[in-house]
Amino acid sequence: MLEHDVIIVGGGLSGLRAAVGLCERYNVGLLSKVHPIRSHSIAAQGGINASLANHPDAKDDSWEKHTFDTVKGSDYLADQNAVEIMCKQAPIIVYEMEHWGCPFSRFPDGSIAQRPFGGAGYPRTCYSADITGHVLLNTLYERAVSKGVKVYSEWYVIALVTDNGQCHGVIAFDLINGAIVPMKSKVTLFATGGYGRVYQYSTNALINTGSGIGIAYAAGVPTKDMEFVQFHPTGLIGTNILMTEACRGEGGYLINNKNERFMEKYAPKAMELAPRDIVSRSIQTEIDEGRGFEHPLGKYIKLDIRHLGAQKILEKLPGIRNICIDFLGIDPIYEPIPIMPCQHYSMGGIDTNEKAETEIKGFYAVGECACVSVHGANRLGGNSLLDTIVFGKLSSIAIDEFLKGNNVTPQENPIKNRLSAMEETVKRIVNNTGERPFSIHADLSKNMSANVGIFRKKDELETAIENILKIKDRYKNVRVSSSDPHMNYELLNAIELGYMIEVAHTIAIGAYLREESRGSHSRRDFPARDDANWLKHTIARPGADGSPEISFKDVIITRYQPMERKY
Amino acid sequence: MIKETAYTFKILRYDAKKPDEGARFQSYQIRVIPGLTILAVLIRIRDEIDGTLSFRSSCRSAVCGSCAMVINGKIDLACRTQVASFGTNTIILEPLPNFEIIKDLVVDMTPFWQMYEKVRPYLIRKTPDPEKEITQSEEERKRIDQFVNCILCASCYGACPVLARNPDYIGPAAMAKLERFVLDSRDERPGDILDEINNENGVWGCDTVFRCIDACPKDVRPTDSIVGLRKAILKKKLFGKYR
Repeated sequence: MLEHDVIIVGGGLSGLRAAVGLCERYNVGLLSKVHPIRSHSIAAQGGINASLANHPDAKDDSWEKHTFDTVKGSDYLADQNAVEIMCKQAPIIVYEMEHWGCPFSRFPDGSIAQRPFGGAGYPRTCYSADITGHVLLNTLYERAVSKGVKVYSEWYVIALVTDNGQCHGVIAFDLINGAIVPMKSKVTLFATGGYGRVYQYSTNALINTGSGIGIAYAAGVPTKDMEFVQFHPTGLIGTNILMTEACRGEGGYLINNKNERFMEKYAPKAMELAPRDIVSRSIQTEIDEGRGFEHPLGKYIKLDIRHLGAQKILEKLPGIRNICIDFLGIDPIYEPIPIMPCQHYSMGGIDTNEKAETEIKGFYAVGECACVSVHGANRLGGNSLLDTIVFGKLSSIAIDEFLKGNNVTPQENPIKNRLSAMEETVKRIVNNTGERPFSIHADLSKNMSANVGIFRKKDELETAIENILKIKDRYKNVRVSSSDPHMNYELLNAIELGYMIEVAHTIAIGAYLREESRGSHSRRDFPARDDANWLKHTIARPGADGSPEISFKDVIITRYQPMERKY
Repeated sequence: MIKETAYTFKILRYDAKKPDEGARFQSYQIRVIPGLTILAVLIRIRDEIDGTLSFRSSCRSAVCGSCAMVINGKIDLACRTQVASFGTNTIILEPLPNFEIIKDLVVDMTPFWQMYEKVRPYLIRKTPDPEKEITQSEEERKRIDQFVNCILCASCYGACPVLARNPDYIGPAAMAKLERFVLDSRDERPGDILDEINNENGVWGCDTVFRCIDACPKDVRPTDSIVGLRKAILKKKLFGKYR
């Protein structure tokens, strides 16, 4: 049986950072369902937050101020001890990435350039034009190459093996060789990313199915705060490709069909740079009340950056301009960009603490698939790249401590049992006679966008849950066209879909139960935040009847008592 | 309502696990709305018509580099190519040249990554790291800009006529990556890396016919890097140091 001290699943920023931290002392194997450089971290545009105080207007910035902005942005649901750790670590890891070669944009004095971002009191978002994820991922991959990290490229994990509260390894699907492979490890770390594709309208890559969260959940690892789904204010109409928050950070306007900068009504001080939950709700309200524009692909609002001028756009937002030209045939130097809010990020995820530990011994999670929680009910722009690298690093330290302090002996029997079970599952999918995966997936994602979207209501959430139960039934008979596993993406889609349905179920149940509005979770029937009853995390685990069983966990508050959130 | 137009997609099918079946073109008839990309149609074909079709894709926004292929004779990313941009209703799709096919439009990128690793594609420093950032002027940062933009999609590798006849040639992308570090004001790599590419499998192998520049979807000019590395080699020969 293939064996590693540590198996890391996911080759994006958090997985690579953990691998770099561990590979010199341990036998590490990193599995990634696409080549690591294709991971969705590559698509991050705007930047990474750290209180470097390089900007002339930010000389008195500090990690404490970054912490406060993050906690307030989270609508007070973030665990403040974890936010403090992340914000203290921020300058350290940004300098580390720079020392490893990351080509950040620069200020005239040669320091790392920083720009304003939503919900932040100071311009503290470090960037490289509008390709910050691209440069960070390349730098960490380069670092991994220099250290000789063992990568299993295009290996997709289809099951996590847990038994007796301990993790023993994974079952993987090697796409290129068309084989199902058992793997043993002392520690398994999930860095599998978010679940954007559970929604119909998402800025996320096609690989962002969230199946990693579903796989952990199915193995009995609880999830946390799944109802908190970030909708990015500015996704391109039609393709829903992300138009970075930096468009507004650099000074862009949002305009309705009355030619008004309507953010004045919703966030008079911060305007377009209010946090994402507030800006997305404002855009949706403008559209719902008839102040949007009509387009064959849907209703939209204009993101206008023309006044920044050609030079600034070419220098600071060249990627945005190229995307607009390639995908919509418009040049934002001369025309406003048609945008709509789209699913973008999952604040919720696998329940972890600040050391990336879960309640299963030897099983860790980091990055978007995990919920520490540092983002609470709403993540600030520029904090997700930060989260991936900080907790990627801290997980490697925690795993090292765990392996040094414990004699860990993973067992082969539970792995073999799980392998047979997964082989049966694949055989069943191949022999089934029902639908192929795409139509079930289409209905699942439409259901989530229609009924568990930006604004939520009890009856719609009930409909969402009923639909998910019906979809679960249909999924039992999902079939694929070919039994040959070699490069069989349809089989991969079919396996992942089962986990996506579980993820959707935890989101819908959490949203249905949480009778308040906090951050990204906005209930029309409960429009106010309710700290007395709901200042707590939602924990979901698989119940006996197949539906998520919900419990709650206290929020950790260190120095910032909840206040009204105004921008 | 947006009007749909009928298209014929002819896609090269081949399975390296079943070499006896050989390679063939398979035709798919599909009606699509204008504005759809080649990738969007490929996904529809796999979903609705033929679940056995294999191709790589991820970001669908021309940044991850997964979906480079030959589209009506020209190499490009399937995700950023509009179906309606060819003036014909027949679209022919083939895998990237200069690679072995794994299945259909999926090629074995192993040689590409081996060449990438050969150039030591990471920042090399001798000076101890400062407490804060290593300073770099805006001008110095601009110098590496086009090479930083490379998404490693291998379009240039597929387009390179030298690689078609010499698989040991290191190729345009690896050279662009090396130049990205050679030009980086922070890099302190020893000059021996230049000796390794000072041959026909390196910088002197290039035909300088600019196919790589033509094929790049991100406006990177790998030939510039090859010319730059040639200059560095000459400089090292004449003055003993290349920077």
